Amino acid sequence: MEKMSRVTTALGSSGGGGGSGGAISGRTMFCHLDAPANAISVCRDASQVVVAGRNIFKIYGLEEEQFVEKLNLRVGRKPSLNFSCADVMWHQMEENLLATAATNGAVVTWNLGKPSRNKQDQLFTEHKRTVNKVCFHPSEVYMLLSGSQDGYMKCFDLRKKESVSTFSGQSESVRDVQFSIKEYFTFAASFENGNVQLWDIRRPDRYERMFTAHNGPVFCCDWHPDDRGWLATGGRDKMVKVWDMTTNRAKEIHCVQTIASVARVKWRPERKWHLATCSMMVDHNIYVWDVRRPFIPFATFEEHKDVTTGVVWRHQHDPYFLLSGSKDSTLYQHMFKDASRPVDKANPEGLCFGLFGDLAFAAKESLITGDVNRKPYPGGDRRYPIFFFKKPDLTEQFAHVSSALSVFEPSLESGRMDWFAKTARLYLLSGKPFAELCDHNAKVAKELNRPQVSTTWTMVRIMFSDPVNPNHNLSNKLGTLPLMNSFNMKEMGAGMCPDGRLDRSKSEGRTDAVHLEPGNSHISNNEENEETEGSDGQAEYMFGDAELDDDDLYSVEHDNPGEDHEYTLPQEAFPLRHEILDNPSAPEHLQQDGGDSPHVSGNEAEATCLTPIESCSLISASQPLFTPHLPASFFCPVVREMLRHYAEQGDVQMAVSVLIVLGERIRKEIDDLTQEHWYMSYIDLLQRFELWNVSNEGLFVWCQGCSHGGHLEHMMNWLKSSPHCPAGCGHLCEYT
Amino acid sequence: MVNTEKERASLLFMQALVSRGSVDAVSHHMASHPQYLESFLRSQHYILHMDGPLPLPCRHYIAIMAAARHHCSYLVSLHSAHFLRVGGDPVWLQGLEAAPPRLRHLDHINKVLAHQPWLTACSHMQTLLKTGEQCWSLAELVQAVVLLAHCHSLCSFVFGSRADGLCDLAPFPKSPNSTPPAYCPCDTANGNANVPDITRRRSLDSSCEMLFLKERIQKSQEEREKREERLLHAHNTLQQTELEDEEETAVYSAEPSRFVSDPDFCYQEFARQEEDHFQVFRVQDYSWEDHGFSLVNRLYSDIGHLLDDRFRSVASLPSSHSPDLKRAIWNYIHCVLGIRYDDYDYGEVNQLLKGDMKLYIKAVACFPDDTKAPVCPLPWAPLKPSERIHVNLLIMEARLQAELLYALRAITQYMIA
Repeated sequence: MEKMSRVTTALGSSGGGGGSGGAISGRTMFCHLDAPANAISVCRDASQVVVAGRNIFKIYGLEEEQFVEKLNLRVGRKPSLNFSCADVMWHQMEENLLATAATNGAVVTWNLGKPSRNKQDQLFTEHKRTVNKVCFHPSEVYMLLSGSQDGYMKCFDLRKKESVSTFSGQSESVRDVQFSIKEYFTFAASFENGNVQLWDIRRPDRYERMFTAHNGPVFCCDWHPDDRGWLATGGRDKMVKVWDMTTNRAKEIHCVQTIASVARVKWRPERKWHLATCSMMVDHNIYVWDVRRPFIPFATFEEHKDVTTGVVWRHQHDPYFLLSGSKDSTLYQHMFKDASRPVDKANPEGLCFGLFGDLAFAAKESLITGDVNRKPYPGGDRRYPIFFFKKPDLTEQFAHVSSALSVFEPSLESGRMDWFAKTARLYLLSGKPFAELCDHNAKVAKELNRPQVSTTWTMVRIMFSDPVNPNHNLSNKLGTLPLMNSFNMKEMGAGMCPDGRLDRSKSEGRTDAVHLEPGNSHISNNEENEETEGSDGQAEYMFGDAELDDDDLYSVEHDNPGEDHEYTLPQEAFPLRHEILDNPSAPEHLQQDGGDSPHVSGNEAEATCLTPIESCSLISASQPLFTPHLPASFFCPVVREMLRHYAEQGDVQMAVSVLIVLGERIRKEIDDLTQEHWYMSYIDLLQRFELWNVSNEGLFVWCQGCSHGGHLEHMMNWLKSSPHCPAGCGHLCEYT
Repeated sequence: MVNTEKERASLLFMQALVSRGSVDAVSHHMASHPQYLESFLRSQHYILHMDGPLPLPCRHYIAIMAAARHHCSYLVSLHSAHFLRVGGDPVWLQGLEAAPPRLRHLDHINKVLAHQPWLTACSHMQTLLKTGEQCWSLAELVQAVVLLAHCHSLCSFVFGSRADGLCDLAPFPKSPNSTPPAYCPCDTANGNANVPDITRRRSLDSSCEMLFLKERIQKSQEEREKREERLLHAHNTLQQTELEDEEETAVYSAEPSRFVSDPDFCYQEFARQEEDHFQVFRVQDYSWEDHGFSLVNRLYSDIGHLLDDRFRSVASLPSSHSPDLKRAIWNYIHCVLGIRYDDYDYGEVNQLLKGDMKLYIKAVACFPDDTKAPVCPLPWAPLKPSERIHVNLLIMEARLQAELLYALRAITQYMIA
């Protein structure tokens, strides 16, 4: 209530401020200047703007359709450097009074009421270096403040010929000076070394307060037009910071990260949270930020072709007109309705797969939870920015949504290497005729939903066995891919149900949706959200979006049945699921959870007691008993490539199994080193799954204590003579 | 106070020794200003050895090209050795023609920046950045430009110290931790002689000087190696690699003129041309703090802070000079290079800087080429060596900033166009 009454007076005063001020109209327009502008300032009734630069000093009238040059203040055939302006300010009470800061260190005042062509009024040449900024007192007609590169700030009484007081910044260059709007005697100064100082105009001996605001020069500062003692600062470190100066220590309450150094910052009239910035270098756009949503500009004006050097709101109570001057020698009036809104182009939802097959999904919280029981807030909600008396203008909504981030991980079954272990147990590698081995293994693979592997076995059988009995039904193997639902939310029972539909039950979804800031409970439901609205500091931790404050927007969305289809959107993720399973590399990643490294090359000890030659010779392979039309060796290169493919994809199990089953048929095709590498990798994998004796039953033994092993008979021989592990690890192995 | 400063300097040398295996003579000259030395070494190390778009051999080759513009054989041989050490192709050292075309394209901007930086134009950048087989990326170009400016200005410093005979007048702080200079240029060039010997040295023909240099370098190298062995024993935690192939450094020295094209191109009075074609560069329209920093830091991250540090520390060096004098020196150098300050009364330069002082500054800033112009030593005989070095540092930094401003403004214009 308190705030509202204050605003009422503000608006009332603007309404009473004269007809021209109350009803501004116009359109987006621009005019060419003769030279680059360094600064602009607007007169109180918003009807004229002054543009100042090194080679320009003109007043333009702001008319409905265009800018009209009213006056050229740069007179004389060869104007002195006193005309070369770094800054300009139009007095907000005395409409004939202007002040400029000259690059040569002069402070000049201009009286438009003078009858002569030269309007120069006073000239102060007290600063030794460039004056960066001049500032009139908001309510005192004759008080002017200047800040200079020479490290001094000076206060002038325009009725006197000299400055009345000098404030020393300890030889640190002053970049900006601004009278406080709240405190009559206070002004803020920003410095090249990153500091901001507060001074009392009556006490030139010492600053009242100083704090480091930025890393590097603070190019600009601006007091909030509302009287809350907020100061916005912009620096070369590409940040805009909002400070609360009412507390004992200046407290940073908002921070906006821009993409280039910040040259100017100006609060937007009538909008508590909005400010406009432009950049010193590289970036030519003007941005209007909602400080609560610091990651994306609320609005952008992209007209200028070179850096914008001056931004000013046309009228102190009108948020829709922005004027800007630029080094590209143009002067613009921007209409807010013509601004581009980056948020419209931004992707509202994000979906991404993680390295280990996890799936992260971020979306507006309202979507995730499917707020069927979310009710629109009654009118007059206190969370509206205080300016919104009536139904807020939709274009002014800057959807303050919270996004919820959900992380899904592959279900436990698929996460496990079950298929690997089962395959290892069920495969037959010897002891039967070749064709039967292949068929058996194909069947195993098929049952484990690995159609490609299954087909491969069948192909191998066809290639290398007697072509007389091709009664195998291949079509079976090429069945459709089974759709598996293997994503569960991290905590079970949340967001996504097994049938792939969003869980729309609010309570469950709430508790389980994983927010970026899990401890930050205030975005987890609306009621809490409402409560914490006032704690501004938290906004910056949000995932992209700040607190809600315009729930009408949501209620509109929820009333709209057309929105419903969005709830099914996550289903799109499911067909992808199969690729994970099918992709032989996935198991490798998953397997990392249990082991150290997916690629295992056997260590020295193992290599010594297990060479590929030995292991192969111990496997009794059935003999090839056929005379094919094509010699079996015809297929060897293909099979070799196939094995390589599997091995490279991480399915070394397949490679080794086929190698063993094919035995002599293929062994010569693949160099020993590769074979050895595959064997070692596979054996290592088997060890990790504690399948000590599964696939090589009877052929190898491993010591359970030190994991070193070897061929059964060799081990027996060794252990007869020595109790120690043959690998030299020092373990006392026992053979039972 | 003095002791702690010395300790600080020797600490810095130790760090340099650990990271690069050598402390060059230039650093020793700066040792009287440890707070500056620190920022200098940090930025130099960053430019030459740390993250950046250019491969290491290219960086040293660019440094060679830059130093060769001023016939600074000391820097040329130093960087030639570094070039080989980081795996550069020895063939390139035969001369500019042997270098890849991409580096050869840099020759023009090198020439202009070294002698008449005000000629630097947007079109130069455009030519280099124009897409094609041999084109430069913006980030590479910025690093190259920083390298060029750094080396050009370092030539001024080397030349200034040498002309002044400072090595002889200012013995290096010999603390137990730091190794004395390995091959101080003036030491090596005039054999520990005093200032009057400069003229004698000048009369030597360059090949003779070269031989002499090699001889001296080798000799001092042997001493140095002995010392380093001692050092190694003392600090056997230090790794062997720090002291790697010093021979290479010692033996290799290249003739600078091989890396120079259009050798007649040199500094001309800016003032004479000012009226005709060239707009005066106004700092108020393009300054390091507001514009240069942001651009260079954006395209070559962190370098802005390092250079900023250098500019700030050289400005804040304690000195008996008044701030006005420092500003006069700084602005005078910028003035002869075509950069003007709106807020400076250039009459002050004439008041504060006497004729021969101006001559010295101009010679060091604009003609740091000891094979040609005769040098008048710094006229302030009563000045302490550290004060003289201070003047040389000011000249170096002012020149560095001037070149950077011209180059970065051209890049800015390119980006807007």
